[in-house]
Amino acid sequence: MPTSEIAGSHDLALRHQFVNQEQQRDASSMGMWLFLVTEVMFFGGMFTAYLIYRHANPAAFMAGSLALSVEYGAFNTVVLIGSSLTMALAVRCAQLGQRKALVGWLIGTILLGATFLGVKAVEYHEKWENHHVPGPTFNFDTAKEESTKDHPEAQASSKSVEMYFSLYFAMTGMHALHMIIGIGLMSVLTWMSWRGTFGRDYFAPIEYAGLYWHFVDLVWIYLFPLLYLIGRRHTF
Amino acid sequence: MLKYFPLWPDQASNFAGSVDGLYIFLVLVSIAMFVLIGAASITFAVVYRRREGVEATPIEGSTILELIWSVIPFIVFMIIFGWGATIYFDERTPPRDAVEMYAVAKQWMWKFEHPEGQREINELHVPMGRNIKIIMTSQDVIHSLYFPAFRIKQDVLPGRYTTLWFNATQVGEFHLFCAEYCGTQHSNMIGKIVVMQPAEYELWLNGGNNGRTSLVGTGQKLFTELGCSTCHKSDVQGRGPVLAGVFGKQQLLQDGRLVKVDEDYVRESILNPQAKIVSGFQPIMPTFQGQVSEEQLVSLVAYVKSLKAEGQPSNVAQAQPQQVK
Amino acid sequence: MSTAAAAPGSNYLTNGSSVSSWLLTKDHKRIALLYLLSVTFFFFIGGIFALLIRLELLTPQGDLLQADTYNKVFTMHGQVMVFFFLIPVVPAVLGNFLVPIMIGAKDLAFPRINLLSWYLYIVAGILMLWTLALGGVDTGWTFYTPLSSQFSRTNVVMAAVAVFINGFSSIFTGLNFIVTIHRMRAPGMTWNRLPLFIWAHYATSVIMVLGTPVIAITLLLVGFERMFHLGIFDPALGGDPLLFQHLFWFYSHPAVYIMILPSMGIVSELIACFSRKRIFGYSAVALSSIGIAVIGFLVWAHHMFVAGISLYAALVFSFLTYFVGVPSAIKVFNWTATMYKGAVTLTTPMIYAIGFLGLFTIGGLTGLFLAALGLDVHVTDTYFVVAHFHYVMVGGVVMAYLGGIHFWWPKITGRMYPEFWGKLSAMIGFVGFNLTFFPQFIVGYLGMPRRYWMYAPEFQVWNVLSTAGATVLAVGYLMPLVYLTWSLRYGPVVGDNPWGAVGLEWMTTSPPPTENFLEPPVVTWEAYDYEHIKEVPVAY
Repeated sequence: MPTSEIAGSHDLALRHQFVNQEQQRDASSMGMWLFLVTEVMFFGGMFTAYLIYRHANPAAFMAGSLALSVEYGAFNTVVLIGSSLTMALAVRCAQLGQRKALVGWLIGTILLGATFLGVKAVEYHEKWENHHVPGPTFNFDTAKEESTKDHPEAQASSKSVEMYFSLYFAMTGMHALHMIIGIGLMSVLTWMSWRGTFGRDYFAPIEYAGLYWHFVDLVWIYLFPLLYLIGRRHTF
Repeated sequence: MLKYFPLWPDQASNFAGSVDGLYIFLVLVSIAMFVLIGAASITFAVVYRRREGVEATPIEGSTILELIWSVIPFIVFMIIFGWGATIYFDERTPPRDAVEMYAVAKQWMWKFEHPEGQREINELHVPMGRNIKIIMTSQDVIHSLYFPAFRIKQDVLPGRYTTLWFNATQVGEFHLFCAEYCGTQHSNMIGKIVVMQPAEYELWLNGGNNGRTSLVGTGQKLFTELGCSTCHKSDVQGRGPVLAGVFGKQQLLQDGRLVKVDEDYVRESILNPQAKIVSGFQPIMPTFQGQVSEEQLVSLVAYVKSLKAEGQPSNVAQAQPQQVK
Repeated sequence: MSTAAAAPGSNYLTNGSSVSSWLLTKDHKRIALLYLLSVTFFFFIGGIFALLIRLELLTPQGDLLQADTYNKVFTMHGQVMVFFFLIPVVPAVLGNFLVPIMIGAKDLAFPRINLLSWYLYIVAGILMLWTLALGGVDTGWTFYTPLSSQFSRTNVVMAAVAVFINGFSSIFTGLNFIVTIHRMRAPGMTWNRLPLFIWAHYATSVIMVLGTPVIAITLLLVGFERMFHLGIFDPALGGDPLLFQHLFWFYSHPAVYIMILPSMGIVSELIACFSRKRIFGYSAVALSSIGIAVIGFLVWAHHMFVAGISLYAALVFSFLTYFVGVPSAIKVFNWTATMYKGAVTLTTPMIYAIGFLGLFTIGGLTGLFLAALGLDVHVTDTYFVVAHFHYVMVGGVVMAYLGGIHFWWPKITGRMYPEFWGKLSAMIGFVGFNLTFFPQFIVGYLGMPRRYWMYAPEFQVWNVLSTAGATVLAVGYLMPLVYLTWSLRYGPVVGDNPWGAVGLEWMTTSPPPTENFLEPPVVTWEAYDYEHIKEVPVAY
């Protein structure tokens, strides 16, 4: 179904403060990129903490990492990369004015995002049951844990493994929060797309939501090896 | 006049003179700059005040002038930097012969311990003319030990040791403040430092001393009580490394890193033994976290420090840096 | 979008008078006024705390307040003043009003985000007041761990959330400014022709965008530790309390430049206008703003010389700190040189500007004391530091801000303030400020630690002087509130350009129309082209 009839003309989409479409496009894309810069700084604070503590306590980080499930992590990585693909396809459809396909790919992105969060929830739950959540109930004895007892290089005190898990929950938690915000954003955009708000002339919000989604994906691409794989380098 | 409007704290340590010297220099530089800017702006405002029919002379700028007033301040800044850094270097480098005292800070109290085992609260007696080094840690939040008359201050952190040193040059009682905000009674976490003639200090030390154990002695006792000595034997290789003579040396770790054996490393090894395993040993030592207080830790550290090497077993020799590479 | 063209004769103030036309406005000028009101409100809240502090410190004993109350009072004073007054005051009020007009744009690039910024600020402010109502916070505005994360029994999380939300207000303002300055300049408005006010706001915005997220995540981690036991700064888990300080100052030192750079921008405008000359060395002043912003990110650990950082780290950070001194010195010299062979008029804004010059010079020079390592050991965490940063952040920022408010008042409101009262309040403020804070340098060198509720008796004389000064200062700050409000109704209506100033904001009407210009401007002249302006000032 052609959407140009619904998707407004140039003038309608041009906001009053801009002189022309070009200025509007330049401004909004620059704004989006700057926003992503602030996001980099935001996660940067936690990555700094991670680097410092891992350097100070490599064994504890290895122990904590061994206790994570690589299967879940790898599965979620694939899911997120897949969602980046569906997102890219959604942007493409928006540019081509294909309304139904756009809605479809957006829903696909939402589903993959929800899958990721579902797996994350299962993982968090297992951590809770295993007393691997920091706090009064935390308990991690590297000499007794199934995952670490045969790894002499991953023997560390319970307290320093707790630090690893503090960072694990802070970093993946903030990442998950960004995913939830992303899914919320996608839901609104799906609704708007369904109503035909976007078309060949006006698809910037889809494009920027895509940038955001890819950014959140990228953060995970860093989190996965840093959190899940550090303990396993010599098993390959 | 100065009695009612004091401008200066007492000068009672080796640092006081040099810090005050830099201060006076900076005050003079500041006065010169301030007078220059102030006089220029007031003069210009008066001399070039707007008059009927007189227009402002257009001036774009002057690269030469701008270079001059960038380069000259920069040179002055570098002099200040060098001067300040020299003093700081001194302040941060305790002499080897310094008497080591320990301080444990807690909300809202200072606890001091002399090597002879004398303990004090919110009060520290020191001999004049001797280099004193204070090794400090905190039981809770960050504090900061500050002696204004000595011009010296150092934050006291939980979970590690920091040090400060001085050489008192004047007999008397001086302020001791906590300078890092630490909660409700921060401004009550104060006391005094009493500087005495060395002879009087000896008298004071012996004064209340009926059978008091020295700090090292307390540590030694604790070392046995906690069972440390079953693995860390004094002469032959036990399940743990021999500790004699290791303090101050480089230690080779299981994962190939080298660490310096200092107060922090000893402390960490007691509380978090698995963090840094000495090469050639198994990570079997249990943690003593929660079982020893900061004060007991201090005495254990002092004890380990006091252990001199005699006929070093091979594993300690192996830890010598020159043999590692 | 329906208000694209204003009716002839109407301006941004008369274009709609309903409550929603204000609370839902996307006009940057109206948002600036919303900020003006809210920022002023928080200034006086913070000011009340300041007076309580000064009253308590009148005597060495802790007699007026409880220790606990006193700690909360100085904490709230710091948090309100830093996060809710000093950081937003110039960018969000004058910057919001002037940035689009000065570059010839109709509005900021993202008007809705601009309004969102104000709402975030208000939500954060309400949370802050609520924290206050629930008993306040006693960690100091610096939130140092582990005091804040484990030991304080007050509502730290709520205060941290307030600062966190407020941070996003700041981020969005900065983002809006950067995009607007990059993309929305009028034809002919090249980077070399930008007013220095714009350069300063550009530099500030860069800091807002890069620095603020770091404090946001840092405070969030403190909140996580309190709420979920994620002990990232917990020494018991091997956490490093110094990591918090590094992350905190990575933002909070540059935050000082968020405050001072826009103020420097104002001073450049004022001195150029009232000397009727182009700023001496325009490029140097412009680039020094950028220089300060960039180097400002490399000096944060100079707050930590006695905190337990390594000797060599301290040397490096002290060394770098002196590099920030150079561009600041260039600015001060260039401003002074601008007056040389000018046609100087000592109007209220100019008196404020010269006052700024004096106070900022003292603030900057005492910064040299604190950057000098060996001396910093003695004076850090004492009243010397308190005096120093008040000279820069209050002396500097508030002087410049009030100068700017007086200067652009006829543009914002269309009416002139009473000149006599303006000059008087500027001078009272200057004297009161020095009387309040100069004694603190001395008592700081004597060794009085900051954040002390009780103190040794020999410090009293300087504290009494300081408290006396604070009352004078309060008068100096209250007077403008009174006569500026009065002038809204009774001030004489002056023309579009009462100062005979150059700059696009003076070429539109006073107050400006909703879209700022009746005709889209085209710029064909350099900044501060006073040589060629024909108009004769009429207001004084």
